[in-house]
Amino acid sequence: MCTTCGCSDDATPRIDGVHQHLHEHTHDHSHGEITHSHAHSHVHDHDHVHDHDHDHDHGHTATRSILKLEEDILAKNNLIAAENRGFFAGRKVLAINLVSSPGSGKTSLLEETIRSLSAKKAIAVIEGDQETENDAQRIRATGVKVVQINTGSGCHLEADSVAVAIKKVDPEQGSIVFIENVGNLVCPALFDLGEAAKVAMLSVTEGEDKPLKYPHMFRAATALIINKIDLLPYLKFDLEKCKENALRVNPALRIFCLSAQMQVGMDAWCDWLIDRSK
Amino acid sequence: MHELSITKNIVAIVNERAKGRKVVRVQLEIGKLSAIVPESIRFCFDVCAKDTCLSGAKLEITEIWPIGRCHSCHQDFSLDLVNAQCPCGSRQFECITGQEMKIKEMEVE
Ligand SMILES: Nc1nc2c(ncn2[C@@H]2O[C@H](COP(=O)(O)OP(=O)(O)OP(=O)(O)O)[C@@H](O)[C@H]2O)c(=O)[nH]1
Ligand SMILES: [Mg+2]
Ligand SMILES: [Zn+2]
Ligand SMILES: [Zn+2]
Ligand SMILES: [Zn+2]
Ligand SMILES: [Zn+2]
Ligand SMILES: [Zn+2]
Repeated sequence: MCTTCGCSDDATPRIDGVHQHLHEHTHDHSHGEITHSHAHSHVHDHDHVHDHDHDHDHGHTATRSILKLEEDILAKNNLIAAENRGFFAGRKVLAINLVSSPGSGKTSLLEETIRSLSAKKAIAVIEGDQETENDAQRIRATGVKVVQINTGSGCHLEADSVAVAIKKVDPEQGSIVFIENVGNLVCPALFDLGEAAKVAMLSVTEGEDKPLKYPHMFRAATALIINKIDLLPYLKFDLEKCKENALRVNPALRIFCLSAQMQVGMDAWCDWLIDRSK
Repeated sequence: MHELSITKNIVAIVNERAKGRKVVRVQLEIGKLSAIVPESIRFCFDVCAKDTCLSGAKLEITEIWPIGRCHSCHQDFSLDLVNAQCPCGSRQFECITGQEMKIKEMEVE
């Protein structure tokens, strides 16, 4: 570390071995014996005018201090997510965070899953959408407990609103809680909600390269549902290629191909849920 | 635009730690596997920092390239973002870097 001006030589980004303060100009300065060259961004306390690419000697007044944080940017969210996870564990609840682009068929899948499973499993749903209660109403019509979270301009669910919702939905011991995230394949990957698994979904109308375009989501997921396979005869969608792309990003991904609407391929998915919820 | 909420988190954490002192520099470490786009954070930072003790602070972002540690050949390798595979062909590995989303340090006056 440069002890005089306080910049940390080893921790800042380096380009060609020179640390960068992401500042427009580069100049050399020498502090006593050591001369180093960097583009620096700290405000000079000394009011000198310097033309750039020169050497100069100066003392930076060392009134600054550096606080090492090493703190996760999402520490607050992660802490609340851990509490949610504890809540679920306490009730032996399997919590699934369902994510996809808008319209892939998340709500349809939940409706069908509830129809298939509600005789043997208690189910509750937390619906996340920017606006409207529509999805919650569709779920309510199946007879299970549901709470809607509207995120307004927020493009993903965060653990704090889910914490409120799970208390409200009050899931039964041993039940399954589905959290339908806001339709978005980017940021839901970042925000842990306390779920046991993220399940990503894509539909065959979306293109088989989605996993390569949004690798973060497919990497964060435990399982992938490829939905709307009833439409395959009408589309140029290479199902095998899609699976291959998904496994390239995440070799451990469990893949289910199904049609929520036509109730095709639902059994393997439902069995997987039942297995996990034991 | 999730970077806005990410940036708000950054400003909130730093603001709390600054305890009223003026913050001149904030340094982040962002892994390439983290789904955070540094450019977008930069874009949001000045707006979020406005009217806080971070106002005018410089934002430094170190991007961390992902490294995997292979379970079969035990080598560390540079991980391709969309092809999760060791050069030896194995797909069994753990990520040892690349998922960072950290506030590394901050500098106050
Ligand atoms: N052909 C076909 N259509 C489907 C299938 N599943 C869902 N759909 C249709 O796709 C559209 C969107 O379905 P939703 O279940 O509302 O999708 P969603 O992912 O919940 O949508 P958002 O909550 O708005 O992100 C509806 O018109 C469904 O009827 C399917 O398996 N096959
Ligand atoms: Mg929906
Ligand atoms: Zn220096
Ligand atoms: Zn200068
Ligand atoms: Zn200087
Ligand atoms: Zn978001
Ligand atoms: Zn290997």
